[in-house]
Amino acid sequence: MQQEVVLAMLAKEPTHGYELRARLRQALGPVGEELNAGQVYVTLARLEKAGLVVSAAAPGVSERPDRKVYELTADGQQRVAAWLAEVDWPRPDLAEFHLKLIAAFAARLADPLAIVDAQRRELLRRLRDAQRAALAEADTSDAALLLEGIVLRLQADLRWLEACERTWTNRRSRS
Amino acid sequence: MTLLCARGLRKTYGRGDALVRAVDEVSLDVEAGETVAIMGPSGCGKSTLLHLLGGLDHPDAGTVVLAGRHVDQLGERGLARMRRDAVGFVFQAFHLMDELTAVENVELPALLAGRSPRAARRRAVALLSQTGLADRANFLPSALSGGQRQRVAVARALVNDPVIVLADEPTGNLDSAATLEVLRLFDDLHQGGQTLVIVTHDSRIAATADRLITMRDGAFIDETRLDGGTAGSLARLAGLDG
Repeated sequence: MQQEVVLAMLAKEPTHGYELRARLRQALGPVGEELNAGQVYVTLARLEKAGLVVSAAAPGVSERPDRKVYELTADGQQRVAAWLAEVDWPRPDLAEFHLKLIAAFAARLADPLAIVDAQRRELLRRLRDAQRAALAEADTSDAALLLEGIVLRLQADLRWLEACERTWTNRRSRS
Repeated sequence: MTLLCARGLRKTYGRGDALVRAVDEVSLDVEAGETVAIMGPSGCGKSTLLHLLGGLDHPDAGTVVLAGRHVDQLGERGLARMRRDAVGFVFQAFHLMDELTAVENVELPALLAGRSPRAARRRAVALLSQTGLADRANFLPSALSGGQRQRVAVARALVNDPVIVLADEPTGNLDSAATLEVLRLFDDLHQGGQTLVIVTHDSRIAATADRLITMRDGAFIDETRLDGGTAGSLARLAGLDG
């Protein structure tokens, strides 16, 4: 899990490891189901090593990471502020698929339309999964909004595939 | 059990150079309880196909058998009866009667089918409750949101317990939130075993189907089953994998 995400989720107040995990579960709903505690604690350990958080064992309990209380350092606060202001956006993987179609057609390795069809089937299955999860969430849950985002991006990808199909249908019939 | 069986359906418009093959040798089987979505761009013939399946239009060639009835051999009167009793239609533009309240719209087909006013009202009220509109029963369509109007239209489509519901772009006029309302409703119907055929270009509603057919230029070009296992992790789709 990305360091800045964990850092920002701690920014509210000094937080136990188990509280942090509960916050993530709440925010992610079904999307966070596979998230294991280990990943979160590995990230916390890295953040501590980098001087962005400090931890203190809660009095009277063992050194287990979920019992420790984590708190941002001044550097950690700065990093969160910088991260919130960033406008990077996850890199879309469009060029790879675009070049796959071009290469397949140029070398007569495969029918671009068959590739588009196979990709559409896969995206529709993903859309179905995301949608089922979305329908199962209450409208007011934080996770519903995240699932809505997944659904909308898949719809955009499917629309692009429609454009690919139109273009390649024309190009194939000209050749 | 195959509920709907269409073979070699053809429908053309115009003639000569202007001849349009709206539906070109299409065959389709729909099993009882199945939801089938037919997707394609505007003008691909999907609405015409739906009209042929539901007896709203006559094919130039081919046969349609719905629950044992040969739709293509029925006369106008028989077709009207079949459309009223066996098929529920849902349209993009809702087609509600503006001067009737929600409950009056829903009960109308039941009254036309000869049910007593009391039985028709009881059924209509139950359906509005099932579609989450119990408190809107006495509203005119003009006082309802788009999503609510479409849910009234779905309730109306169900009032005579049709063997099949045919929906033409049911989310075509709706925003994202209203689309979700209608999606939930169709999903409930699907879970309840209602047989559904939906033509749409909205991939979102298509993804709720058991089977998805892609249509181009009047013909089926691809078919995908969507009722199998999952496609993988939601975390990956959300970009949470590292």
